[in-house]
Amino acid sequence: MGMTMTQKILAAHAGLESVSAGQLIEADLDLVLGNDITSPVAIHEIEKMKVDGVFHKDKIALVMDHFVPNKDIKSAEHCKCVREFACKNEITNFFDVGQMGIEHALLPEQGLTVAGDVIIGADSHTCTYGALGAFSTGVGSTDMAAGMATGKAWFKVPSALKFVLTGKPAPYISGKDIILHIIGMIGVDGALYKSMEFTGDGIQYLNMDDRFTIANMAIEAGGKNGIFPVDAVTEAYLKEHSKRDYKIYEADEDAEYDEVYTIDLSTLKSTVSFPHLPENTRTIDEVGDVAIDQVVIGSCTNGHISDLRIAAEIMKGKKVAKNVRCIIIPATQQIYLEAMEEGLLKTFIQCGAVVSTPTCGPCLGGYMGVLAEGERCVSTTNRNFVGRMGHVDSEVYLASPAVAAASAIAGKIAGPAEVQEVK
Amino acid sequence: MKAACGTVFKYGDNVDTDVIIPARYLNSSDPKELAAHCMEDIDKDFVKNVKPGDIIVATKNFGCGSSREHAPISIKAAGVSCVIAETFARIFYRNSINIGLPIIECPQAARDIEAGDEVEVNFDTGVITDKTKGTSYQGQAFPPFMQKIIDCEGLVNYINQKQ
Repeated sequence: MGMTMTQKILAAHAGLESVSAGQLIEADLDLVLGNDITSPVAIHEIEKMKVDGVFHKDKIALVMDHFVPNKDIKSAEHCKCVREFACKNEITNFFDVGQMGIEHALLPEQGLTVAGDVIIGADSHTCTYGALGAFSTGVGSTDMAAGMATGKAWFKVPSALKFVLTGKPAPYISGKDIILHIIGMIGVDGALYKSMEFTGDGIQYLNMDDRFTIANMAIEAGGKNGIFPVDAVTEAYLKEHSKRDYKIYEADEDAEYDEVYTIDLSTLKSTVSFPHLPENTRTIDEVGDVAIDQVVIGSCTNGHISDLRIAAEIMKGKKVAKNVRCIIIPATQQIYLEAMEEGLLKTFIQCGAVVSTPTCGPCLGGYMGVLAEGERCVSTTNRNFVGRMGHVDSEVYLASPAVAAASAIAGKIAGPAEVQEVK
Repeated sequence: MKAACGTVFKYGDNVDTDVIIPARYLNSSDPKELAAHCMEDIDKDFVKNVKPGDIIVATKNFGCGSSREHAPISIKAAGVSCVIAETFARIFYRNSINIGLPIIECPQAARDIEAGDEVEVNFDTGVITDKTKGTSYQGQAFPPFMQKIIDCEGLVNYINQKQ
C-alpha cells in the first residue's frame, strides 16, 4: 500500500522502509521550537531529566515572541529564564528582542525549516512549515523538553485527508479565505489526529505566504499537520532563504486517504469566521451589518509582507473609521523593514492605524490590543474562542487582510469592494 | 494505576485551552496559580466547587486550540482525577499523558453522564462506572506505548529510566 507525503517523511525519519496509519514510531527531529510561554515549562522539565545538556545546539530554536517586549514582571522573568538557558547551552538560534519575529514567520525566513524536515514545536501553529513540504506539528512543553534532550519524539502515524485545490482564486481571495472555507466545511475537529494534504493545479496560484497561512490553520480543523507538495515556488523560496539541503517527498500514487475533497478556488468568496469557533464561517455577502471596535492585521497566520501589501493597497488614501482602532503588526523585523522601505508603514500611519513591533500579543489576549466587554474585533489571527482576545464577552471575527483592512475603513465588517465604492 | 472516583463537572463540545486557562494568566507557570483560574472563562464557579478527585466529562474535541501545557497542568493541580470525553484534541491528549493527568475517550459515557453524577474510572480495564445511574461503559484503555509512560508517571521519568 502506498504512503501519503506525511507518512513518507515520518518513515524516513524513523529509519523504516514504510509506515502505515496508526503505527507508533520514534522519529529523529530536525528542529525543536519553543517560545517565551512554553519554553520555561520545558526548561523546568529538562532540568529534572538525567541528561547532559541538549541534543544539538543548532537544532533548537527559542523565540521570544508572545509577551515581548515584556508586558509585565512575570513575563520578563520567563524570558530571563529562557535567555539564561540559551546562554548556558550555547543555543545558536535564540531570538530575543531585536532579532525576534513571530516564530512561524521567522523560522522559514531564517532558513531554519526546509522541505523534508521533521519539526516539533511547543506552539500549536508549528504546523505552518508544512507549506514548505516538511512534517511539522505542535506539541506541549514536556514533549519539547524530551525533544531538546534526545532529538527524538514519538508519533502515531496519521491517516490523511486530501484537499484537491483547482482553479485560480479571484482578486483579494487569499490563503486565509481558502483555509476558513475548509474549516467551515469540515469543522474544528474535521481533521482530528489526521494530516491535511493539499494538492491540485490551483496551488500554482498560491504564493508562499498563502500556503503558510493555510498550513498554519490546519490545527484549527484539529489536524496533526498540513502539508503542500514542493514545486517551483517552494524551491525558489528555499533557495532564497536557506543554505540547508532539502529533500522532496511526494505522496505515492496509491496512497490511501480517509476522504478526498475537491475545491474550485475560482468559486470562493471572502470568508469570515463568526464567534466563537473558526468553523462558524460566512461568506462576505452573508455577514450582514456588524459594527466593530477594533481591527488587528498581523500574527503568525497573516503578518507576512504580502498580507501587509494587500492591506496597504486597500487603505491607501483612506481613513480608519471613527471609533475603530486599527493595529498592524509586521511578523518579523525583516518584514517590518520591507514594509518601511515600500512605504506601507507610511500608508498605515496616514490612514490612522498604529504599527507595532513584532509580537503575538493581541492574538491571544496577551497585550497590545486586549478587548473590553462587548467589543468586537475583525482580526487576521487564527482563533475566535470565547475570551480569546480579552473580555469573556468580547467577540473576534476572523478574516483575511483584505477584509480586515476594508472593515477598518468601513467601521463594520466589509469586503474590499465595499470600501472602494465608499469614497 | 489507582482508579479515579469523584463528582462530575459536565461540559459540551470544543472546550478550548483558552477557556481552560486564559492567556492572561500565562505569565505564570506555577501549577497552584494556574489552578486558581482553571476553567474560569467557561465556568467561573469551577474552582470554588471542585474537590480533590472530581472528574470532568465533556463531549467532542476537548482541549482544542493552543499547545499550552498549562491547560492540563491547571486541571491536574485543581485536583481533578480524570477527564472523560468523546474525543480529545491531539496536543491536549499528548500533554495530559506527558504530565500524568489521566484522560479517557468514551463517546457513550461522555454523552450519558451528567453533572453531579458520582463516577469511577478503572484505568487498568478502561471501565467507567456511573454509580449514580448504575450504568457502566467500556472506555478506550491506553495503548501499551503510553502505558509505559504512565507507569513511569510521565515522560520525564520515562526518559530517565531509559537513560
